[in-house]
Amino acid sequence: MSAVKDYFETIEGCKTHILRAGEGQPLLFLHGANGGRWLPFLDDLAKDYDVIAPEHPGFGTSDTPDWLDNTGDLAHFYLEFMHQLGLDNVLLVGTSLGGWISCEIGVRSTQALDRMALSAPAGIHVKGVQKGDMFLWNPEQMVRNLMYSKELQDKMLAMPVSDDERDMALRNRFTTAKLAWSPRLYNPDLAKWLHRIRIPTMILWGRQDKLIPASYGERFNELIPGSVLKTFDECGHLPHAEKSGEFTAAIRDFAKG
Amino acid sequence: MKFFLFHLMPYADLDLSATDKYNTSWVTLPNSYYDPKKGHLLYNRYLDELEMGDTLGFDGVCVNEHHSNAYGLMPQPGVLAGSLARRTRNVKIAVLGRALPLLNNPVTVAEEYAILDNITGGRLIAGFVRGIGAEYHSWTSNPALSHARFHEAHDLIVEAWTKTGPFPFEGKHYHFEYVNLWPRCYQEPHPPIWIPSQGSTETIDWASHPDRRYVYLQTFSPKSALIKYMQQYRDTAERQGWQAGPESLGWATPIYVAETDEQAVKEARPHIEAFYQKFLRMPPEMIVPPGYTSLKSMQQMMRAKAELAFGEKNIEEVMANGMFLCGSPATIREKIIEAGRDIGVGHVLSMLQFGTLPADLTRKNIELYAREVIAPLRKEFGVSGPEMAAAE
Repeated sequence: MSAVKDYFETIEGCKTHILRAGEGQPLLFLHGANGGRWLPFLDDLAKDYDVIAPEHPGFGTSDTPDWLDNTGDLAHFYLEFMHQLGLDNVLLVGTSLGGWISCEIGVRSTQALDRMALSAPAGIHVKGVQKGDMFLWNPEQMVRNLMYSKELQDKMLAMPVSDDERDMALRNRFTTAKLAWSPRLYNPDLAKWLHRIRIPTMILWGRQDKLIPASYGERFNELIPGSVLKTFDECGHLPHAEKSGEFTAAIRDFAKG
Repeated sequence: MKFFLFHLMPYADLDLSATDKYNTSWVTLPNSYYDPKKGHLLYNRYLDELEMGDTLGFDGVCVNEHHSNAYGLMPQPGVLAGSLARRTRNVKIAVLGRALPLLNNPVTVAEEYAILDNITGGRLIAGFVRGIGAEYHSWTSNPALSHARFHEAHDLIVEAWTKTGPFPFEGKHYHFEYVNLWPRCYQEPHPPIWIPSQGSTETIDWASHPDRRYVYLQTFSPKSALIKYMQQYRDTAERQGWQAGPESLGWATPIYVAETDEQAVKEARPHIEAFYQKFLRMPPEMIVPPGYTSLKSMQQMMRAKAELAFGEKNIEEVMANGMFLCGSPATIREKIIEAGRDIGVGHVLSMLQFGTLPADLTRKNIELYAREVIAPLRKEFGVSGPEMAAAE
């Protein structure tokens, strides 16, 4: 497997941090609220795809541009991103906040996209089904509520956190608040237009998701025509981390069409 | 030196064990713990206590604004100020809310304050705050927009008070086709504006700007922080070309006066400890939501693992660090003289009821403070009170 390229590119005036590895069909991965580190499942996917994993404007080491107000701004940013990088026939994979951005891209234009995999996307609201309040969770509750496996939780919590990492996590949390505090984790207009996503779409969800309950998966499934829903048992909000083997297998199967 | 009587109106009948169960008395503490029959008695008792300020020679009385909590039952302070407006004759009435960023229409505050200013014939002091972090959870208001919305709402309100309407207001967060305030303010050009804060460079820079010169109030702070921020305001004003005196600087603090130092500590202990340990109890995620402070100051706070000003503090600790003044009249006079002469404070906002302090002790505290602290200190500082001013 090739090494991960680590570089910056300026798009819409925003110096954007990009991690990229592998060859083949472009796979654009849009990370969630906790940020865009290169994770093991991306190594796995890079065996078969040209994996492009940017850090969103306002996150990690990417700039925070003046124009950044909402996820719609990020959707337009990524449309420009794909244009500037000359990406076509893109396999778009987004998790949580990144899944929300993917939907916002999809309702605007699917021209550069081949298909889309959404892992526990935010972006809509199901009346009567309350999401977890990530902004009231302390750091330990955050880990325990995002992952199902107690063993994984303990492993995560035992990992040392440097001051720089803590600063970065705080910056990601600031930007997440700006984008998703109110309305909480959704755009009231998005659900009205999800039927415009006319490319093959797979929705992935952990059955024990405590941030965005799995019933949201069923709602997305209804709203996006022809979409397929795949759920993982004994899995929380982060299937790509908690069930990475099954997750990448599902992506590969789906990409074959 | 001006003397204000500041009430927080806590739900003093709270079952204090509830704050242990829920780890807070804010946001998520169920309102099933609130009994309206007790609330009826408390509101009327607290208003009586504030009205004592009018007859006992205080310069003003103060209410404030917090939401969804047992710490203070004044989510809509204008209602209480409206009651005080008709029942008082001499005192200024300071509303040390309103939390502007929480509002979708800040013109409501311009209206509310203008009405109060008209009823009282210009006795209103207009406070503007951002609210504390917990408010952003309770109201689902975006903390990341707090500063921007505060500044824009402030501009809108001051323009509504000073510009002839109708005029359009074109902001990013607030946009109105017709701003046209009826009634206009009684005071010219508008009521004095006070800015309460826990201490922030950004707030001081803004409040001390020569275009504003707003009164800056330091609340619930150790003496070291009080000294630091009072000096910072004067220094910032001087850099901007003007001299800030005591009339620009205020200090809000709980105070308890009794016949002797020992008796004061004995009587105040359970009530001030309930105040700091139970009523102010909040986990860090609740008090500093992301975006409420600048990223840089939040990162510094986390790196320093800085202890919040609140927590499991006992009476000895809060007395030692200056977050609570407690003692005989002579002791309290000495501390206020020090605040006036050495620290440059011009307005002392005394919270003479705090936590669970019951009616009898509160009344005694207010009477002793008025008679044994304010009256002698007026001679000391050579300043007349409101009724003396009226008689001159």
